[in-house]
Amino acid sequence: MARITFREAISQALREEMYRDERVFLMGEEIGTWGGTYAVTRGFLDEFGEKRVRDTPIAEGVIAGAAAGAAIAGLRPVAEIMTINFAFLAMDQIVNHAAKLHYMFNGQMRCPLVIRTVGGGGRQLGATHSQTPDVVFAHFPGLKVVAPGTPADAKGLLKTAIRDDDPVFFIEHATLYQARGEVPDDEDFLVPIGVSDVKREGKDVTIVSYSKMLQVALDAAGKLAEEGIDAEVIDLRTLRPLDTRPIIESVRKTNRMVVAEEGWRAYGVGAEIASRVTELAFDYLDAPVRRVAQAEVPLPYNRRLEQMALPQVADIIHAVKDVLYIK
Amino acid sequence: MAELISMPKLGFDMAEGLLQEWLKKAGDAVAQGETLAVIETDKASVELPAFRSGILLKILVEAGTSVPIGAPIAVIGSAGETVDVAALGLPETAPAAAGPAVRETTPTGLAPEQAAEAVAVEEGRLFASPIAARMAAELGIDLRQVTGSGPGGRIIKRDIEAHLKEREKAPAKAAPAPTMPSPSFEPGMEGYTAQPLSPMRHTIGRRMVESKQQAPHFYITMDVDMAAAMELRAQLNAILPEEGKVSVNDMVIKASAIALRQFPKINASFAGNEIRLQNPINVGIAVARETGLLTVVVRACDLKTPVQIAHDARELIGRAREGRMKPDDMVGGTFTISNLGMFDVEDFCAIINPPQAAILAVGAVKRVPLVDADGALAVGTRMKMTISADHRVTDGAEAARFLQAVKAALEQPMRLML
Repeated sequence: MARITFREAISQALREEMYRDERVFLMGEEIGTWGGTYAVTRGFLDEFGEKRVRDTPIAEGVIAGAAAGAAIAGLRPVAEIMTINFAFLAMDQIVNHAAKLHYMFNGQMRCPLVIRTVGGGGRQLGATHSQTPDVVFAHFPGLKVVAPGTPADAKGLLKTAIRDDDPVFFIEHATLYQARGEVPDDEDFLVPIGVSDVKREGKDVTIVSYSKMLQVALDAAGKLAEEGIDAEVIDLRTLRPLDTRPIIESVRKTNRMVVAEEGWRAYGVGAEIASRVTELAFDYLDAPVRRVAQAEVPLPYNRRLEQMALPQVADIIHAVKDVLYIK
Repeated sequence: MAELISMPKLGFDMAEGLLQEWLKKAGDAVAQGETLAVIETDKASVELPAFRSGILLKILVEAGTSVPIGAPIAVIGSAGETVDVAALGLPETAPAAAGPAVRETTPTGLAPEQAAEAVAVEEGRLFASPIAARMAAELGIDLRQVTGSGPGGRIIKRDIEAHLKEREKAPAKAAPAPTMPSPSFEPGMEGYTAQPLSPMRHTIGRRMVESKQQAPHFYITMDVDMAAAMELRAQLNAILPEEGKVSVNDMVIKASAIALRQFPKINASFAGNEIRLQNPINVGIAVARETGLLTVVVRACDLKTPVQIAHDARELIGRAREGRMKPDDMVGGTFTISNLGMFDVEDFCAIINPPQAAILAVGAVKRVPLVDADGALAVGTRMKMTISADHRVTDGAEAARFLQAVKAALEQPMRLML
């Protein structure tokens, strides 16, 4: 076990998998000479060489498309889209090609592609560089969408993603790279894709979250505990395929749920989970499901406005009290 | 326009009815003729149909409550109507989930579109969260007894929990008194198991006591040669479909109806200082059920063929056995036939159904030895029938002649087909 940062966890996962399987290679903007905009691949170019650590032009469509092509030709690329906001430029290659090739060609090829990208706001990067459009990608059958919230989950899930024969969209968070956590040393430590995880057990309310908001939810749970409210916090870890089983079990126990996400509320992750709970645990609900999400505005540049628009600990606490009918 | 639904009179001497079960709840849409509730009368359970379409706005009488005939039991109206308790002349009661007509929930700090969600409360409509409703159902709590503390008067989990605590605070009243040995207990006596009287048993008992105490019964038994009737029956049933076959009882009903036309005093009722000769001939059939005996009425038997009587009887008996009779099924009888032939009974004496004048008890059709016209021993097909008649209305000679007419119709069965 080692206590390392989220950044180090991603870095370790990439390194270990590249040693394990020589078909694994990296491509993306500034990942080679520069060592990555978040310093994830620092030193990789020297270690693995130009063929396996490829700097690309600023052309997301090319990055995704070439990676998809390499994947169906037998390699195992890990392509980086610098931020998820730029992934829109590669939508056709990701959702129409990578996600569908295996299905549309009746299994004649697999597409073992991993696209790593970074989402989220809170660093005053402006509306077009701060989005959390995770659900847009999670909407498409054929694409696996993963969003870890802890260093251990980041390492385990990335390794699983690289070893997965299906295309995986791997979403990291801009403000999580410094977060520290315990991570097993084992080189075969894997976290399964498509399994939610109870990060904190409780009995009074179920809070569902993932990625950066997981930490916000855990902070809120700590504050609620001081008021005698015992919150259960569940980390989704994977958006597609979505594992609702622990959530349903939890709602049966607590009778009330709050979903906390950084994306916008409309058509978001909370909408999907609330629907599933209505379908599978209707008789156990004591109150409607509450969603905590970003304000319905393009994220402001101004620091205070940005913080007001992003969901905070106080918003989660308020929502929890609402479903507990506490004034 | 909101209207009252009242406890209907479903039987000749029905004074009150027990609202056994509501099949619709407040707020439900109902169509005219659709069943609203099941009412237990003295004799049986009867479905209550809605006399109009609309929304069942309010239920006034809980399941398990008895009310007199004519008492209001529910209010039916149009969607969105509020029940004007005073205008309908109902006593003021405080519904469990009453609240102001509209209450706005505006929690602070939430997005504007959430604050705009107003929660409206309709009078008579209960709101409960799914888990509260489920707990109430499992614990046998009537939601109308629970005060809702959620928005709009919504009953939520803690309201059920609070209600439970209150209920548990009064266990002493519910606990049964400790049993003590009876002072007159004698060694060797085995004791007994008490079985409370159901409303139905209670009524049967009351009516039969009344009948026996007030109507001076006399009994006449007559033997009928059923050979020809059985032959005709076999011929009829050979061409009738499985679900339309004629039974011995159907033929006895028809024969009785023919005879009743000839002897109207047997088709009469005693009414204190007058005898009412009833115009229609509606023959009641005694039907045995686990819960007790009841009588379903086949109307206008003199105007129907045995096949038609068989059809009606089958439907009525079917409904009676399933406990789903209509209000008209049991009223209006002018004469009753009770048949225990299927239990191998030879003959018996029945008790008259007041206010009728007579009842005919029919035994089994048997192959018996007899002496024929030439004095020789022969085998015949015979059935015994016994009339119990009210001596205030008729006398032995008339009753005997009536029986002869029934016998004649059965022994020359083509008369049944005329």
